[in-house]
Amino acid sequence: MSHIINEATVKEIAKLARLTITNEEIADYLPHLTKVLNHFSELKSLNTDQIEPLVSPVDVSICLRQDHVEKKISSDELLKLAPSKVGHLFKVPPVI
Amino acid sequence: MDLLQINFSDYAHALKNKKISATETAQFFLGRVHNLDSKLNSFTYINENIIEEAKLLDQRISRNENVGPLAGVIFGIKDMLCTQGMPSTAASKMLSGFVPPYDSTVVARLKSAGALIIGKLNQDEFAMGSSNETSVYGACKNPWNIKHVPGGSSGGSAAAQSARLTMGTIGTDTGGSIRQPASFCGVVGVKPTYSRVSRYGIVAYASSLDQAGPIVSSVSDAALTLETICGQDSFDQTTADIKVEKMSTHLDANIKGKKIGIVKEYLTGISDSDIEINFQKAINAVKILGAEVIEISIPLTQYAVPMYYIISASEASSNLARYDGVKYGYRTLADQSSHLSLDDFYSLNRGEGFGSEVKRRIMLGTYALSSGYSDEFYIKACKVRRLLQQQFISAFEKCDIIMSPVTTTPAFEIGQKSTDPLKMYLNDIFTTSTNLCGFPGMSVPFGTTTGTNVLPIGIQLTAPHFQEQTLLNFAFAIENTEEACNFRKLKPNVY
Repeated sequence: MSHIINEATVKEIAKLARLTITNEEIADYLPHLTKVLNHFSELKSLNTDQIEPLVSPVDVSICLRQDHVEKKISSDELLKLAPSKVGHLFKVPPVI
Repeated sequence: MDLLQINFSDYAHALKNKKISATETAQFFLGRVHNLDSKLNSFTYINENIIEEAKLLDQRISRNENVGPLAGVIFGIKDMLCTQGMPSTAASKMLSGFVPPYDSTVVARLKSAGALIIGKLNQDEFAMGSSNETSVYGACKNPWNIKHVPGGSSGGSAAAQSARLTMGTIGTDTGGSIRQPASFCGVVGVKPTYSRVSRYGIVAYASSLDQAGPIVSSVSDAALTLETICGQDSFDQTTADIKVEKMSTHLDANIKGKKIGIVKEYLTGISDSDIEINFQKAINAVKILGAEVIEISIPLTQYAVPMYYIISASEASSNLARYDGVKYGYRTLADQSSHLSLDDFYSLNRGEGFGSEVKRRIMLGTYALSSGYSDEFYIKACKVRRLLQQQFISAFEKCDIIMSPVTTTPAFEIGQKSTDPLKMYLNDIFTTSTNLCGFPGMSVPFGTTTGTNVLPIGIQLTAPHFQEQTLLNFAFAIENTEEACNFRKLKPNVY
């Protein structure tokens, strides 16, 4: 089955991905997404019955550390990076 | 002393014996960056403070303090790696203004070893690309011919190193992003085994594939850099608890009697005559050195590109969900006085902050993970990934190392492939399997294109998990062949 991507699908994906998207971008992405997804579908022909998915390529024991604070980055330093702030708080537009 | 050719260990010796100072070295390279980088656009940030940092290092040297094996070595860092006090933006508008208050583990380890950081290097936005054309800072150029791409995504690292604007650089490799630009620019690039190098403080693209590694001028420099940055890190729980050997002191170019595997399926994928000629020359060269070349079959490599793009796009769509324009990075300039929904606010920040290739991949990944499609795409790709790894592991029972071309073509012209993403993706056919399986891989310079447009061509080596030493030894042997020695007599057009 080939994947038919239409304008509504592109808009739905963009909504799920939290991305605003212009009409020009939709026109640009439509043929590319269709082409790439159909290329992806080539995998369907392979038999993978009884095969466990490989999520991480190297089987290493998880490296854990004590839950101690070792690096201190002050809230002032972090707030310097904020696009907008009020006092010691991150500022966002009114949303309710 | 020729600072453009000297390797790290000779430099350390010269520094110790006061033949040169770190300050003189820093001045020399800073001058080169100022003079030459306008032609290349390989830097996204220049650390003008480096002279002061070098002076402090010289004072420590004069007090006979232990300054580390990379003391005074001038490193450039890909923009993906957080570097304290220097903008670290993944070449994206989404991270504009982000100056991290901490170092990634890789940068911290380089600094502890005495390295001096000269600045941040250009790349494809969020490391998504093979040409360095998707950077918000504009395309980076290939020093051998500025009409051509340097490769990507670590294009700035490879270009800066090739033009000797740095003594060493760090790149990251998710599907070939160290090896491919290293090949295009005629320098040495290593992608370590997955879990060898901490990803702490590196902007995440695809967490099961990403690894940082050196892009440098020689195999011995690669070995010294690797032994500095490899090793377990309590800040990255996926790092392996495996001892890091002194790779630089164990380099051995004797490959007599060793078995080199050539992947049968790759041979049919070579359509460019320069790539084919160079690869045949490399096969002949290793045979002369006494290695046995055998043909192996890994049929699933023909599915590596769709497998790679499904998995990397899926992981990227999840990783990049963190960029919302609230705590750091880009925020929309649109009127925010009217009541927006929180989703609309996020969507505006992200829609304006991300470039078009990044959005394309986020959408591909969102689709591949969405309800009703995840079994068909993401889960299926992960199952085939296991089969691919099994085929490689079986192949490694017959050979010590796998040798192949790095790319299907030499460096292409800027703009040539940027309009067709699938065409760009298919260029990664020889490199992506290494990341999918977690193996260490390397590109070592070997020859060039024929004709007047001289462009470098590298050879790719892939070894079993954690066998970086094997990888480096074979690369060391190739580096010492007559062909590779002849290549090193050439220099890029840009200087």
